[in-house]
Amino acid sequence: MARKIQNQKAWLFVIPVVVLVAFNAIIPLMTVVNYSIQDTYGNNIFLWSGLKWYEELLASERFHDALVRQVAFTFIILAIEIPLGVAIALAMPRRGPWVSVCLVLMALPLLIPWNVVGAMWNIYALPDIGLLGYLLNAAGWDYNFTRHPFDAWFTTVMMDVWHWTSLVVLLAYAGLVSIPDAYYQAARIDGAKRWAVFRHIQLPKMKRVLTIAVLLRFMDSFMIYTEPFVLTGGGPGNSTTFLSIDLNKVALGEFALGRAGAMSLVYFLIILLLSWIFYTVMTRNEDRS
Amino acid sequence: MRLRWIIPALYILFLLLPIYWLLNMSFKTTNEILGGFSWWPQQFTLDSYITILTDPTWYNGYINSLTYVVINTVISVVVALPAAYAFSRYRFLGDKHLFFWLLTNRMAPPAVFALPFLQLYDAIGLFDTHLAVALAHCLFNIPLAVWILEGFMSAVPRELDETAYVDGYSFPRFFVKIFMPTIASGIGVAAFFCFMFSWVELLLAKTLTQVDAKPIAAIMTRTTSTAGYELGLLAAAGALTIIPGAVVIWFVRNYIAKGFALGRV
Repeated sequence: MARKIQNQKAWLFVIPVVVLVAFNAIIPLMTVVNYSIQDTYGNNIFLWSGLKWYEELLASERFHDALVRQVAFTFIILAIEIPLGVAIALAMPRRGPWVSVCLVLMALPLLIPWNVVGAMWNIYALPDIGLLGYLLNAAGWDYNFTRHPFDAWFTTVMMDVWHWTSLVVLLAYAGLVSIPDAYYQAARIDGAKRWAVFRHIQLPKMKRVLTIAVLLRFMDSFMIYTEPFVLTGGGPGNSTTFLSIDLNKVALGEFALGRAGAMSLVYFLIILLLSWIFYTVMTRNEDRS
Repeated sequence: MRLRWIIPALYILFLLLPIYWLLNMSFKTTNEILGGFSWWPQQFTLDSYITILTDPTWYNGYINSLTYVVINTVISVVVALPAAYAFSRYRFLGDKHLFFWLLTNRMAPPAVFALPFLQLYDAIGLFDTHLAVALAHCLFNIPLAVWILEGFMSAVPRELDETAYVDGYSFPRFFVKIFMPTIASGIGVAAFFCFMFSWVELLLAKTLTQVDAKPIAAIMTRTTSTAGYELGLLAAAGALTIIPGAVVIWFVRNYIAKGFALGRV
């Protein structure tokens, strides 16, 4: 990258962006902060309540449960999607007419509206008339995602793998095709094994894009709302009620503004903190190698 | 390694099966769907599609969705262009913090903002308009567009700018006539991603609209909950939402990955 010139007038170019984003980010965020430290009894009367909502939230079992479910879900889908995506990218053709076909078909799930994804998987997994549910039941598994919590989890995880693994594939593939042929030739001359090529040539080249893949998948899975909401509605019971679903129940369902405000801020801070940790840990490794 | 193609082939099969099932359902009558399991439609019908394409409450949903998506894409790319140029070419007070702050908005869960957004847009009288949804989606699309464009712009050497000034170009003329054509693929990718994330987002779009600007995806859920279980209609409406995405993917197929990597592969 070329060296940059010091120029304070560049701010003029940035102002429209700052104004638009700040309008959308800061005003709502301040609204949330306001709610989180006040109590209301309707009629637009608000009373100062200090940190009451935060104390209540951090002590509440409901929040703990939703948080644990959220972390478990994010961990599971990262553990499946990242290795699977890399494996598929490694097996993809590098050139020829099939490349475009693969890329377009694989990108398809990424452009389907999220609630359509949920509805589609709902239809697909129905035990009696859905293909997946029908086949699983035919194979002897008493499968019903609206009744058994394990089946609900299985379906939700599978849906997310279906929806987002392609993102990892596309990124890993972009990293792979940027490796010059000379690297592989050198490895062949050295008699390197398949694993050694992967470990010492392909993986380092993919590190940068995989960092982005992990960050994007972490952030998006931690905020997941629409797909599981349409698929399972958070059920059966509360078994698939993740943080966003719970938050929306509190905010728009129960209209408990104080609790929702405190929960929003804690939730947002958790994402920011974890993203920052991921980012620093992964970029530090990058510097070392 | 002759059989390596099996892995992507199986993966694509896994991706296409739910979509096939959706199409299968959309060509069946409701009676046939509820009647039992079948691999393909026994009584092939286009009724669901005809209903959607002739009933204004249905097809207006598509028009609404496309309207706010296009408005959002235009706003996001137009304001992101100069900002990305500033980030890629100049150092200025607080540039790095600003850049990171923009990214943090990509991390904000829409569920956190749903209620405050409703109150904010209601207060300024934009509730239930296309503009409200378009502006709300700017929250995550502008940062994304800035990041992607900055990546593409940084790959263009400074010499291009300097040569143009020596040749007597003014800044606006240089930007529009020379610079924008140079990063045309970057602009295309940024527009694609804005389109995509605005098209698939529903929580904010649903919260900010009631009748006049209701997105198709929200109309779908409403119909299933009130009119019983009209799976055929639901499936057909869902199948139709796949088309715009499939069309735009085709145009950017060679750049998709670069875009997801925020222009930094």
